[in-house]
Amino acid sequence: MTRRNVVLAMSILAATSSLVACRKKPEPEPAPAAAVPAVDNNAANRRRADSISTANAAAQRRADSLAAARTAAANAAAEADRVRAELTNTLSQRVYFDYDQDVLRDDARAVLDAKAAVLAANGGVTIVITGHTDERGTAEYNLALGQRRAAQVKRYLESKGISESRMSTQSLGDSQPASQGTDEAAYQLNRRAEFESKNTSGTLVRPRP
Amino acid sequence: MSVRRAFAALLLLSAPLSAQDTTTRGVRIGLSYDPGSRPGVVVLPGRGVGADSARLIIQRDLDFGDRINVIVLDASALADAERASAPSWALLAKLGAVAAVQVTPTGSGLHMAVYDVAKQTTALVKDYASAPITDMRAWRASVHRLSDDVEESLTGTRGISATRVLFERGNRLWLVDADGEQATPVTAPGTPLGGAWHPGGTKFAFADYTPPAKIIVFDLLTGRSHVVAAGGGGTYSSPVFTPDGDEIVYAHGLDGSDLYVCSAEGGPSRQLSVGRGSLNTDGTFSPDGRRIAFTSGRSGHPEIYTMDADGTNTDILTPLAFGENAFRAKPAWSPEGRTVAFQSRINGVFQLMTISLRDRSLKQLTSDGRNEQPSWAPDGRHMVFSSDRSGTQVLWVLDTETGRTRQLTRGAKARNPAWSPRLSVSN
Repeated sequence: MTRRNVVLAMSILAATSSLVACRKKPEPEPAPAAAVPAVDNNAANRRRADSISTANAAAQRRADSLAAARTAAANAAAEADRVRAELTNTLSQRVYFDYDQDVLRDDARAVLDAKAAVLAANGGVTIVITGHTDERGTAEYNLALGQRRAAQVKRYLESKGISESRMSTQSLGDSQPASQGTDEAAYQLNRRAEFESKNTSGTLVRPRP
Repeated sequence: MSVRRAFAALLLLSAPLSAQDTTTRGVRIGLSYDPGSRPGVVVLPGRGVGADSARLIIQRDLDFGDRINVIVLDASALADAERASAPSWALLAKLGAVAAVQVTPTGSGLHMAVYDVAKQTTALVKDYASAPITDMRAWRASVHRLSDDVEESLTGTRGISATRVLFERGNRLWLVDADGEQATPVTAPGTPLGGAWHPGGTKFAFADYTPPAKIIVFDLLTGRSHVVAAGGGGTYSSPVFTPDGDEIVYAHGLDGSDLYVCSAEGGPSRQLSVGRGSLNTDGTFSPDGRRIAFTSGRSGHPEIYTMDADGTNTDILTPLAFGENAFRAKPAWSPEGRTVAFQSRINGVFQLMTISLRDRSLKQLTSDGRNEQPSWAPDGRHMVFSSDRSGTQVLWVLDTETGRTRQLTRGAKARNPAWSPRLSVSN
């Protein structure tokens, strides 16, 4: 059922129910006495009809405003979801490193700047930064290298004003390659930091441009 | 007197000797062992349940020791020897054997006899208590200890058959006997990294780096494990016991990685290396416990360094190489103390090398495939490592004296081996 149909159905329903209510309204019964003045039946019928149409109009207005509110709420929710998707996407963007390095390249800084802005605008969000390496080297060395990459990222975000307490770091070394290949293209994909954001279920706010 | 009677007489003469349990650890029988020429030894068939299995295991153990030339009897000689009531000295001499070994299963274990071919006497006998053959692992362990006694009695150097190798396969640590048999998973599924033996051979330490990362000690006698170092976030890796077994040195860091030491039971830790944000991992002790060799990236890329056990007097050990591909890591201090083995990237591929602590001379040990993670056998001569030379990364054993290699594990990928000390009990 489309949204329009829903609204229509609801207004019909509202109108019908007010009609029913009108019918049920206890009308004063004409007293069966000869001394009573004659009743103007036409005027009474007119008043009844006016009352019905007034009620119908009110019901329609109520239904319209309800539908509008619902539409607005739905739009707002959709917009909030869009913003959340956009911002969590920004927060989850990976950053990449050069071989055996933890130095942040320009491309990594740009990605982190965008994250820092999102984090600054949404103080409740926390992140876990996980460092990864390619398979060259040893498992032990790579574990430490992944940790140092995560720490470097955290330090950079701190320099952008993000509280240290909102970020935790860990390393998975070379154990979780993003690509299984053994060429430089695969290695580049594997030398990375990944981000997991938490407490993002509330309303997220886009950073001011 | 016929020849056969003479054999019988000799056996009778040696009977009083066989009545006693000649536990002669460290005592050599009267053979002159020249490391250049390996003594020829025949393993004679015994009688009884398991005798033939024992013969084959001992034959392989002595062969894998690389100090003995195992002379294998052909089928007809084997059949003859099985029927004979005494060793055929003439045949043994003709085959070039200086000694023969015979194992006979007894009600409660194994009876071993070592014969001196030149003297035509029984040189050594010993009885071993063993588990029944149905308890295959324990029974094999007894046979391996017997093999090591034989090797010691013939060459003066104890064998390494009664040892096991701890290694990483999939998400668990496994154990395999030194002859490649009895591969069994031992730790619960996790993300284990490497492992290091307690000098007593009944425990080992390893890192599990599923966050939160930690250092764990696993007790093989109880099957239980306990965490000795964890917390504070960051990485934990490469634990190693001090030679006295009381403490554990491990790598840990939130930013970079340094070596720390704590009690083997856990508790407060103390920082040893001062890496200032560089990566320092892979501690390995000199046999006297005074020095630690380790991997450090403090020069810009990983090289091997040494320091005192308290973290002072740090020196670079490997000659500093240049270029972004230089990578030396995973040092393993040899049990005799004179060399440190490590892996070095050569033409983009890791190879095993040793460096002499006396003159810092380098020796490249491998060139076939990618070879990593050396771990010394307790004889200071053999080394287990991982190699992809067969297509899959599995464990191999190298005799550093002769260059002979053999594949230790088969099937699924295996890495990060740690060779146990000599094991006195089956665990």
